[in-house]
Parts: sequence; C-alpha cells; structure tokens
Amino acid sequence: MAGTKKELIDKNGVRLDGRKWNELRPIKLQVGIMKNADGSAYIEWGKNKIMAAVYGPKEVHPKHQVLPDRALLRCRYHMAPFSVDERKNPAPSRREIEISKVIREALVPAVIVEDYPRTAIEVWVEVLQSDGGSRVAGITAASLALADAGINMRDLVVGCSCGLIGEQVVSDLDDTEDKEGNGDMPVAIMPNLGLVSLLQVDGVYTRENFQKAFELAIEKGKQIYQMQREALTTRFFGGEAKTTEVEEVAE
Amino acid sequence: MMKKNYVVEAIRKAQLLQLLASGKRLDERALDQPRNLKIETGVIPKANGSARVTLGNTQVLAGVKIATGIPFPDTPDKGILMVNAEILPMSSPYAEAGPPSEDAIELARVTDRGIRESEMVDLTKLGLIPGKSVIAVFVDCNIMNVDGNLFDATSYAVVSALRTAKMKKYVIKDDKVEATDELIPVPVEKTPVSVTIARLGDRLVVDPSAEEEASMDMRITITTDDDGNICASQKGEASTISPEQVLRAADTSISVGKAIRAKILEATR
Repeated sequence: MAGTKKELIDKNGVRLDGRKWNELRPIKLQVGIMKNADGSAYIEWGKNKIMAAVYGPKEVHPKHQVLPDRALLRCRYHMAPFSVDERKNPAPSRREIEISKVIREALVPAVIVEDYPRTAIEVWVEVLQSDGGSRVAGITAASLALADAGINMRDLVVGCSCGLIGEQVVSDLDDTEDKEGNGDMPVAIMPNLGLVSLLQVDGVYTRENFQKAFELAIEKGKQIYQMQREALTTRFFGGEAKTTEVEEVAE
Repeated sequence: MMKKNYVVEAIRKAQLLQLLASGKRLDERALDQPRNLKIETGVIPKANGSARVTLGNTQVLAGVKIATGIPFPDTPDKGILMVNAEILPMSSPYAEAGPPSEDAIELARVTDRGIRESEMVDLTKLGLIPGKSVIAVFVDCNIMNVDGNLFDATSYAVVSALRTAKMKKYVIKDDKVEATDELIPVPVEKTPVSVTIARLGDRLVVDPSAEEEASMDMRITITTDDDGNICASQKGEASTISPEQVLRAADTSISVGKAIRAKILEATR
C-alpha cells in the first residue's frame, strides 16, 4: 500500500491523470437506453462503463418472499468477465454479493416501497468495464433507472468515493489510486434530504481526515446530482435526438 | 443479523423504544455501554492461536492456522491473511446449514476489512521467497451463539486469537523453505477494535443485543486503531444516517474502542 504514494500525486498536488485533489473524473450519464427494461441508465465515469436496468413493480416469485406491506427490492451488482485486467469468473464473488447488498440498502430508503405492496422491483447493475468507484457509479446509474421506470421516490441516490493518498484526502479515486492509495471511502447520499445511505470505509484515517473525506464525498455527490438532473431532463423533456425519438413513438 | 427472523413480541419492542426515549435500555445498560466481554485464549491447542469471545450471550470462537502458501501476483513479497466467519446452524433457531447467507458474507468481509486495513499483521514480515513462497495466516471464526452484534464479537475473537498465535519459524536453505521447531509470535503491530452502533428511534446505542437489533433501523460498524485512527467502517440496514450521526458514531467508536482495547490487551498479554 504505502511506498508508491509519491508517484500517485506530485509536489504540486497533481494526480497521475492530471486532476487536483478535489476533482472528479469525467462523467457521462444517459437515461432510457434499453428497450425492454422498464427503466434504464448508462454511466461512463472515468473508465467505468456501467449499465443499470430496472424491471417492475412485478409479481413476486417465489411467493414466500412477498412483503405484504411494501415492495421487495432485489439488486444484483455484477462484473462482466472482461471488465477487469485479469478475466473475472462470471459466478458471483463474495465481493459482488456484499456490494449487491449495500447497493440495495442504499437504494431502498429512496424508493417509496410502501406504494407497491406485494410486488418486486428488480435492479440489475452490470459493470462492463471497471475503473475504481464502480459501486458508487452503479448506485448513481441505478437510481436514474428507477426514476426512468417511473417508480415513486423520495429522492435520487448519488454516490461518490473519496479516499487518501498518503495523508492527502482526494476525491473520486480511480483504479490505480484505489489499489495503491491509502484508503477508499464510498459514500452514497440522498442529496435533497441530506442523508447518507451508503458508507463504507477502508484505509487509515485520522479523525480529521475521516471527516474531511466524508464531507468531500457528500459535496462531490451533490455536484454529480446536478448531472443526474440534467440526464433526466434530457430524457423526459428532449435535448438529444435519441431520447425524443422514443417520445414520438409513444404519441 | 438475523433481524428478519427474530420475532420480538410487539409489547417488548414498544417497551424498548419507550425506555430508550428516556435514555434507558432494557438490560439497564447506558447507551454507550457494551455488554460484558469475556475473552479466553488458547482454547484449541491444535490451532496456532485461538480465542473464545463471549459478548453478552453472543459467543464466537476464532482459530488461527498458519502454513506456507503461494503469494498473490500483485504482492509477491507479502504474506497472506484471510479472515472468514461462519454462522453455525447450532448458533440460533433461525440459522441454517448450507452456503453462506448474504449476512454471513458481509460479516466475514467487514471483519476481514477491519483487521486488514488497520495493518494489524505486518505482512511484509511474512514473505519467504519473493513470488514463490510466503506465510499464509488463516483465521476462521465459528459463530457459536447469536445474541446480536456478531460484528464486534467476531472482530475481538480474531484480534485475540492473532495476538496469542504462535507459528513455526521458517528458514530458507538452498532456495527451499524449511520449518524449524522454534515457535515465534505472529508479527502483530496494531490492535484494531470494532464498535457497532445501532439506531433505534432516534437514539444511537452501542453493542446492540439481538432484541435491539430486531428493532433497529440502522447500524454502523467503525473500527479504530491504537492511535484513534479510523480504519474501517460499514453502514448497514436499508436505511439512512445523517452526516451528524456518522461523526457522532465515529467519536463514540474511538472512546468506547479505547476501553475495549485495554480489555483485549489485558486478556492477550
């Protein structure tokens, strides 16, 4: 872990890819990109390429899983075998099972599950290419897909990961910084309600750096939330040719 | 853990929340007071190190096994540390045999993260022949009895077992690794302490019992090291936490963790 940190950030505070400590990688968001899904979104965040699709509300199978007073939210985070340097076994790893769980727990508070009793809402997150911060990118796309599916929500959910290079707090770690840096802290927030719905920490943070990284992640999340809004506006009120075409067919 | 299966009588839950509103808990603990912690080490002589931790009625047995292994390609000169946990079917009327549940996987991974990220074990001291042979330390935890807060009990068991573990001294002769009869301790540098806090109503309580877990809507586990640094955390349950609560939980974890660390150091001296 330590040792390589000098190379990750130079004397002028410039990172390997030319960013400053508090800058984000380029993010591109698209909503409504899949024909069959009830809602979908695509995110490119640095070298991450991630699709999210939502099906539902639909009937629950097997029936013993039915929740009488609310919807059951199912979530799968999955990495394509070709998404990383070494081929990844396509079977769900323990890491993917844990991430699926924390993504679900980050999304459920935003969905008004009480509006859809006895139904299932399925969220599929597929990482086509991974580049550090894929869980927060997945959450950001998944919440757009839920909104695209017209599911009642209290707020969007948006994520950003902050961390440490040496003792320097930095925003939005890429793959190299995640592996060779000194800490990673993925955070997801509901920006309008000011609440945190995902928090994971690894690395060694002083109490001061912990607060700094945590607050930076919230600040960056709010910035990405503006991009989510724009992507939804484009989807539903025109802008790009691709999205208006869908609306014309609906007429 | 086990929340969805643990049925608390409605009346008990109402009583619990009502008591909490006036700052009291069912078992008369203070909000930031963990349950009684008992640590017994060396309980399994065939293991390189072992510890049985009893936290309230939650009981976890951790065992360390040490062998030589092949290093990971990206860390050719570092040893291997693996922490795993299994919720035994005997541990609760709601536990089942079979492949690990989502909860069990999360438990194992969060425990592993606290130990790994704090750099408790100096893996650079476990290298033998770069790229070919290193010392591998496996810590497996058996959850024997479930009564809430498996995260902390498991973490204390792992730390206690590692602190008291003895391994063979390995020497390199003619490019080959040989085990000697000399027993040496595992290179332990830090004492990470995990503190789990649950939110019930609008109160944060330390070390939730199973009854409290059944009524909680959010939990957060924060692991701190000897210097009061935060080295791992995980928020759990399908709910949110406010930024103020995160920072308050961090401070509680640092202060409660300090007292628990003293107990662990005492028991593993």
